[in-house]
Amino acid sequence: MQVSMTVNGRDVSGDVEPRTLLVHFIRENLRLTGTHVGCETSYCGACTIHVNGTPVKSCTMLAVQADGADVTTIEGLADGQTLHPVQEGFWERHGLQCGFCTPGMIMSAAALLAENDNPSEDEIRHGIEGNLCRCTGYHNIVRAVEYAGAKMRGEEPAPPDWTLDFEGVS
Amino acid sequence: MTTTTSAMGGIVRRREDPALIAGKGRYVDDIKLPGETAAVFVRSPFAHARINSIDTSAAEAMEGVLAVYTSDDVTELGPLLAQVPVGVMRPLLADGAVHHAGEAVAMVVAENAYIARDAADAVDVDYDPLPVAVDLKEAATDEVKVHEGAESNVLVTWYSHDWWPGVMELEDHRPAIEEAKQRDDVVVVSQEMVNQRLIPVAIEPRAVLADYNTGYGRVNLWTSTQMPHAIAAAVAKTFGLTNHDVHLVAPEVGGGFGVKLNLYPDEILTVFASRELGRPVRWTETRREAAYSSIQGRGWVGTATIVGTKDGEILGYELDALADMGAYSQNFTVAIPVLGLYVAQGQYNIPLAWQVSCVQTNTQTTDAYRGAGRPEAIYYLERIIDMYAAEIGVDPADVRKKNFFKHDEFPATTAIGLTMDSGNYDHNLDTLLDDVQYADLRKMQREALDEGRYVGIGLSTYVEVCGFAPSVLAEFGFGWDAYGLPTSFSGSGLVRINPDGSASVIIGTGPSGQGHETTWAQVVSDRLGVEFDKVRVSHGDTFESPVGVGTFGSRSAAVDGAATYEAAEKVRQKAAEIVAHMLEASAEDIQFSDGGAHVAGSPGHRVTWGEIAEVAYKPHKGPEGFEAGLEAHAVFSPGNATWPFGSHLAVVEVDPDTGDVQILRYVAVDDCGNRINPMIVDGQIHGGIAQGVGQAMFEEAIYDADGNLLTGSLVDYPLPTASDLPAFELGWTNTPTDVNPMGVKGIGEAGTIGSAQTIVNAVVDALRPLGVKHIDMPLRPRKVWDAIQKARG
Repeated sequence: MQVSMTVNGRDVSGDVEPRTLLVHFIRENLRLTGTHVGCETSYCGACTIHVNGTPVKSCTMLAVQADGADVTTIEGLADGQTLHPVQEGFWERHGLQCGFCTPGMIMSAAALLAENDNPSEDEIRHGIEGNLCRCTGYHNIVRAVEYAGAKMRGEEPAPPDWTLDFEGVS
Repeated sequence: MTTTTSAMGGIVRRREDPALIAGKGRYVDDIKLPGETAAVFVRSPFAHARINSIDTSAAEAMEGVLAVYTSDDVTELGPLLAQVPVGVMRPLLADGAVHHAGEAVAMVVAENAYIARDAADAVDVDYDPLPVAVDLKEAATDEVKVHEGAESNVLVTWYSHDWWPGVMELEDHRPAIEEAKQRDDVVVVSQEMVNQRLIPVAIEPRAVLADYNTGYGRVNLWTSTQMPHAIAAAVAKTFGLTNHDVHLVAPEVGGGFGVKLNLYPDEILTVFASRELGRPVRWTETRREAAYSSIQGRGWVGTATIVGTKDGEILGYELDALADMGAYSQNFTVAIPVLGLYVAQGQYNIPLAWQVSCVQTNTQTTDAYRGAGRPEAIYYLERIIDMYAAEIGVDPADVRKKNFFKHDEFPATTAIGLTMDSGNYDHNLDTLLDDVQYADLRKMQREALDEGRYVGIGLSTYVEVCGFAPSVLAEFGFGWDAYGLPTSFSGSGLVRINPDGSASVIIGTGPSGQGHETTWAQVVSDRLGVEFDKVRVSHGDTFESPVGVGTFGSRSAAVDGAATYEAAEKVRQKAAEIVAHMLEASAEDIQFSDGGAHVAGSPGHRVTWGEIAEVAYKPHKGPEGFEAGLEAHAVFSPGNATWPFGSHLAVVEVDPDTGDVQILRYVAVDDCGNRINPMIVDGQIHGGIAQGVGQAMFEEAIYDADGNLLTGSLVDYPLPTASDLPAFELGWTNTPTDVNPMGVKGIGEAGTIGSAQTIVNAVVDALRPLGVKHIDMPLRPRKVWDAIQKARG
């Protein structure tokens, strides 16, 4: 079947089997490999992208369902060389370790902040609970999203909360 | 106060991140080769069955299918190699019988994964189901054998007084403990506890891409592994190649946690199929499949016992446990409990009688999962200490302190004959208790109870053993001899000043998110004064990196980091000779900083690293007779392991009507020695705690009586989400170690080892007024609610 859509501002099309998952179309046909597959049940969220502005888990959507849609993947989030505030926040606040969940996590967080750029910690935690991270314990992801929210509001982000105090030789 | 700097102990944003946050990281599944094919496995629906026949004809006839392989095709390549060859090794594909559900029976290779999946469904396997041994205690009775004809399901029993027969001569503490139990001024507290089986779940499933070029006689292999050199060696050994002829690349690795610390059949079979078909072969694990195709962890049932005085002096600690090995012995499987034994007495100077039997069952193999034996060991110890404290009515913090090894007792010898070089446990626990204002917390707890709220405070201390050493432990089985990599747990690093004055650091580790590219650059920049941005680090490629054993056991900084530090030192010494020649000074007076070198006392008299490099690579410009080039390789073999430790505390509230547990606070004070980058250390602790909390509250691999895994997907194997966890409060103490030149100890597993029992202790503490004494993990609401009902009668 022929599918056409806009991905990161570019018109793309391809010939796919009807059963082709959107994530496979993006990864295999378009060779945009930043969108990851961590499960096949929508639970991990590593495959999260934006379809018509809404975060969607692309491992449980068919490519043909996205026909005609406006899709944004992690590769299309930055504005040229300028990182999206969420990307910047993840770098500044150590919001990633192995990086595998990161693209999906960033896409979910960006969608959250697009709706509410001043979420409480509780709202952030609930807002990203559809994305699993096995490395960070989410602590620094929450701080990264807070950082991004502050940036989007034009405010100075809160200082990082690293464990800095030099305890000294004991 | 640490400042934001790239120096040692400073904070710098990670090198790894720009690619990863932009979707430009390259994991195995992101790499594409021309002409590649896809493999899919046919897996057993039975936990134990004879295979009467396998009919592959329908699958082979499907368009796009290239081959279907069964055991007969690969017999000479197996079984899978294991370091401690006790029990039954895993065949590459089931050979006449299957021994756990999900065991690979056949491999289909096709033009793409969709076709291969369809063809796998068309492979017809005729099974005769056999009785299964799934429950650990039942398996230990040998009523049903996991492997027909095997002598026993019990493979080995590790005893604390005789864990390395013939090498370690140790005192048997059992008679003294038995004698103590007979005294009339003691209490004996005993509890059977389950440390449940877990599925590690690195978010990146394992993936392999093999390209065997028989023209060059070389295998190119991309695999998501924590130990590039060891896997490369195993592949070379299996196919009769030299170490050099397997070029293995572990690119970005999306989480490890031990699940990628193993050789797997797919890593052999994709190479085999590539050789046979003359095309690259890819296999990517699905999440559901990962529960069968990758190792699991933990899975112990044991009874812990403390005998002690009524004022808190512990006279003996016993553990009698069974550990579930699953159906086959893989990399370290039966040795994992020994890692628990290393820390069996935790921070306490107490008599120890420990025995753990390794039992095979008709389930997936277990092996190292974050902590590997140590979380299990500390769980039993710290739970039973809490129960003992409750029994005698003494505060659990006081009981712990009463039995600590004291600061002036170090170096301290453990009951199993190991030497802990350093420790300051009182200070560490006091730091935690002061930080949380422990007395006030207890007061708050009492006031909450007066209002009918069940708030609990849980404590745990722990000792971790990292950077396994000395080298002789390789002879016990903690090495990779079986894989054809006869090394110990030494570390390696190579430092090169490039002709443009930048530095390359090439390491033998296999990181999966630990930030080695950043921290190693800090170490080398700090030693050499090369600007941080000009120190570049690479790893994971066996063609370029020095031989190293990988990233596991919280060892990388303490061992490979130390090797890199020493390699930098060698470079510094040679560079000092060059600079001395350039500046007509003495090499002893040359100092390196800020992108160059100068003569001590005259900072204006300096050269840049670019200028030094030019001389280094043009021998006619250098000192008479010197060897051109400027690089050094170092291997670091520590004389002892490191012994990090810490204290954790959780405050929870339990809803007695629903059994729901809320974590109100989680505070951890860890002592990992010096920190290269505190930001990264914090991150390791956060993630470690989350995995321990996951075990305490959510995660459990459940098999039914027939050996079917009921929790193979993330739908029924819940990982902690952001909304399940609190913000973590971290503190730090620093007790120096001189085991390595940087004084670093390791932090990768600390959070996991410290946390599960901290949560359980807190929940039981909350429910003690209702009469609850113990609840087995995971503390899901239903289980907590049931325990409350039972206690209430």
